[in-house]
Amino acid sequence: MEQQIVKVKNKKGVRVIPGFGLSMGVTLAMLSCIVLIPLASIFISVSKISLQEFVEIVTSRQVMSGYMVSFTCAFFAAIINGAFGLVLAWVLVRYDFPGKRIMDGMIELPFALPTAVAGISLTFLYSDQGWIGQLFDKAGVRIAYTRIGITIAMVFVGIPFVVRSVQPVLAKLDRQYEEAAMMLGAGRWRTFFRVVLPELFPALLAGFGLAFARGIGEYGSVVFIAGNIPYETQIAPLLIMSKLEQFKYSDATAIALVLLLVSFLLMFLINSLQIYMQRFVKN
Amino acid sequence: MKKRTIRRTWVKAILLAAMAFSLAAGCGDDSKSDTDGGSSNGILNVSYDPTREFYAEYNEMFCGYWKQEKGEEVEVTQSHGGSGSQARSVIEGNEADVVTLALAHDITAIENAGLIEAGWNEKLEGNSAPYTSTIVFLVRKGNEKNIKDWDDLVEDGVEVITPNPKTSGGACWNFLAAWAYGQQNGMTEKETQEFLKKLYQNVLVLDSGARGATNTFVENKQGDVLIAWENEAFLSLETHPDDFEIVTPSVSILAQPSVAVVDKNVEDHGTREISEAYLKYLYSDDAQRLVGKYYYRPSKEEILQEFSEQFDLDMNLVTIDDFGGWNKAYETYFDDGALFDEIYAQ
Amino acid sequence: MSKKKQRTYQQDIVGDSINSLRKVVEPPKENGSHLMKYLLIGISAAFLFLMLALPLAVVVMNACKEGWDAYREAVMDEYTMKALQLTLLATVITVAVNTIFGLFASFLLSKFYFRGRQVLAALIDIPFSISPVIAGLVFILTFGNMGWMGDVLDKYNIKIVFAVPGVVLVTVFVTFPFVFRELFPVLNAQGKDEEEAAALMGAGGFTIFRRITLPHIKWALLYGIILCSARAMGEFGAVSVISGHLRGKTNTLPLHVEILYNEFNTTAAFAVSSILVLLAVLILVVKSLVEWKKE
Repeated sequence: MEQQIVKVKNKKGVRVIPGFGLSMGVTLAMLSCIVLIPLASIFISVSKISLQEFVEIVTSRQVMSGYMVSFTCAFFAAIINGAFGLVLAWVLVRYDFPGKRIMDGMIELPFALPTAVAGISLTFLYSDQGWIGQLFDKAGVRIAYTRIGITIAMVFVGIPFVVRSVQPVLAKLDRQYEEAAMMLGAGRWRTFFRVVLPELFPALLAGFGLAFARGIGEYGSVVFIAGNIPYETQIAPLLIMSKLEQFKYSDATAIALVLLLVSFLLMFLINSLQIYMQRFVKN
Repeated sequence: MKKRTIRRTWVKAILLAAMAFSLAAGCGDDSKSDTDGGSSNGILNVSYDPTREFYAEYNEMFCGYWKQEKGEEVEVTQSHGGSGSQARSVIEGNEADVVTLALAHDITAIENAGLIEAGWNEKLEGNSAPYTSTIVFLVRKGNEKNIKDWDDLVEDGVEVITPNPKTSGGACWNFLAAWAYGQQNGMTEKETQEFLKKLYQNVLVLDSGARGATNTFVENKQGDVLIAWENEAFLSLETHPDDFEIVTPSVSILAQPSVAVVDKNVEDHGTREISEAYLKYLYSDDAQRLVGKYYYRPSKEEILQEFSEQFDLDMNLVTIDDFGGWNKAYETYFDDGALFDEIYAQ
Repeated sequence: MSKKKQRTYQQDIVGDSINSLRKVVEPPKENGSHLMKYLLIGISAAFLFLMLALPLAVVVMNACKEGWDAYREAVMDEYTMKALQLTLLATVITVAVNTIFGLFASFLLSKFYFRGRQVLAALIDIPFSISPVIAGLVFILTFGNMGWMGDVLDKYNIKIVFAVPGVVLVTVFVTFPFVFRELFPVLNAQGKDEEEAAALMGAGGFTIFRRITLPHIKWALLYGIILCSARAMGEFGAVSVISGHLRGKTNTLPLHVEILYNEFNTTAAFAVSSILVLLAVLILVVKSLVEWKKE
């Protein structure tokens, strides 16, 4: 790493802004202490089983169906969060109206509420006897104990991610461009899609990715609203718990490793895109 | 040149600060944590979920007794959670002096990790189970679906709530009780399996834990019948006396929550004497009556008779030994790819 | 120095002209834009109501079901107070650690180009992608009895798992990227021209950071800290794995809620969770005060 940096330095000339070494040092030191060293344990634990066993565990029918449920529900939840998060951020930054402060303040609540409490409350609301579930039940739609319920729980835990990713960028966005575009005769929609959205896109994408990753891993709130029926509404983290219940640490970490790799790849792609787009915009 | 050295010192200073911070976060408070069951007049009881109130009262009782006997103050720290994960925490380093868990299987797991000596279940009466319970049905008031016994649960249109045996140790008892019913009613192995398959097809929600299942049934009003531990069924009845009834099936299983001293930890802490006394005192008459007050069945016969109004004592109860012990039962029914998985795989 | 002054002077002129320009081109208020505004506000309000306000109402309703006395008893309970103390302690340490990290890491990744940036950024995000259950397990597998650092810790009699340090450590872990995540997009969008200019004018690293970078990220930093503290207070899954649930010692508020709930004490459980909601509200009041002062 160090050598590479020196090389880049030589190629591009002098690094203008000071503080590179310091920032790099602190970042790497803290990252290793808190994240990387403990994380190595996953790999150590998984390495106790052979590759063949690993493949067998993560491709068994039940585990595969668990992944499917987790991934699809988290994906839809992230899409919903992306759309509503964008609208929310827009409303909170651009408009003034009574109750705005309260609205703004509510965004973090899903974090502060313990996930189990959130799950219990959501189930209470969305079961076919609950306040909201009742209405849908009449239309023949069951929400709690189905995949829709799982998606709703995931939407709940992911709301703050998108809103709080987009909000600061939108607030800092220079309105000149928009106004210029409007002045030049672009319609409101066109201005939004051609001028505003491209600026917000990286932040939106980051928020989407975070909400997705959080949804995949979420356990506490989802178990209450999911029916946990094998092959139908069983999420992957629940399978991890059931492996742990049997004291099979390696199996549990194997399932977890796959989840981790998928989220990591996704994050990596999103980050690359973000950095690439920044370069693209700046040059 | 001078500037450069200054900057270097800066780097070092902040790096040191950052390291110190992570270290402080890591092990700052170890002075505080030394008391976790470590001192000789304090013990840690790692238990499972629904026993907190019982042990809260029992601990006071025991402290009074110990003060009277030995003139020493004693402090008991409680820890509660799912039985399986509590057992795991002890294996992973939670320094319990005594464990009071839902299943003998969980204590055996601690034994296998080398923390408890073999033969723990013979140290105290009744397989080291000072209180027992069984599996009953909780139905809605009026019992509209007319549920009387296990075979009513497989009827079409009956919605059953029970937790998942793969994530909840307690739910294994439910499964085994149903199995015992099949066996006692002359079904073959194959037929019993079919019977259970039908039963689990009627399961509407397979919660991850016993408490979650109770909540699904009681608060969210799902399903017609909850297969529950007797003590939990009584607790639900206590909070909602007008909404539910308890139905006792003809056959059920004797659930024996077991207790043991964690040998390695009591040696380290020097708390063997007090830990053993703590468990032994559970069999005293006062403690046994307390057990009954919290809806567990006292293991002492004469005290149990005092509660004959409360419990149905005529139930036909099989024990885990009829299944060849916990380890065998677990392998046959609940391990990955075993019977329970097969039921859902088809 | 004079150069700098000149620059701000120029900026002022440019800024002024833009402001005047803005007045001229301010789009005429049309009915359509009003409609749009209220439509969007309506959508947001409906979404928040369904997804946030109602679940919250359930919590409050359940907490108050048995009246004020039951509520007070649950909240003033000795063990609730101890859990509250631990939660606050963990939150304060967590926010401090993660803010330091977030500042350095976002500065590093947005102001410097080097190979491996993407990998580094993705590595920082790892705690987000890990299931909370596994996050706790990871520390057990590292520092626990069977972990590869367990022997060393045992030798020096340092207890991390099933003790307060473990609880703090997983909380830091779970919320690790929060501040960074908030700062990074803003710094990234801002680019590095201003810092480069300042550096060329001879400003030192700390000055650049304080005078140029910090003003840009003030709000993002605030959001980051709020998010981080909210999440740190509410974290359940990971802490549950590592805490050992020692009553009055390693129980945080969310764990205490779970235990109350599991012993059929629903009202008390919801009452205690309402403390968490109140804490979150408190943070928001502070935030609003800061915003108001700025205005």
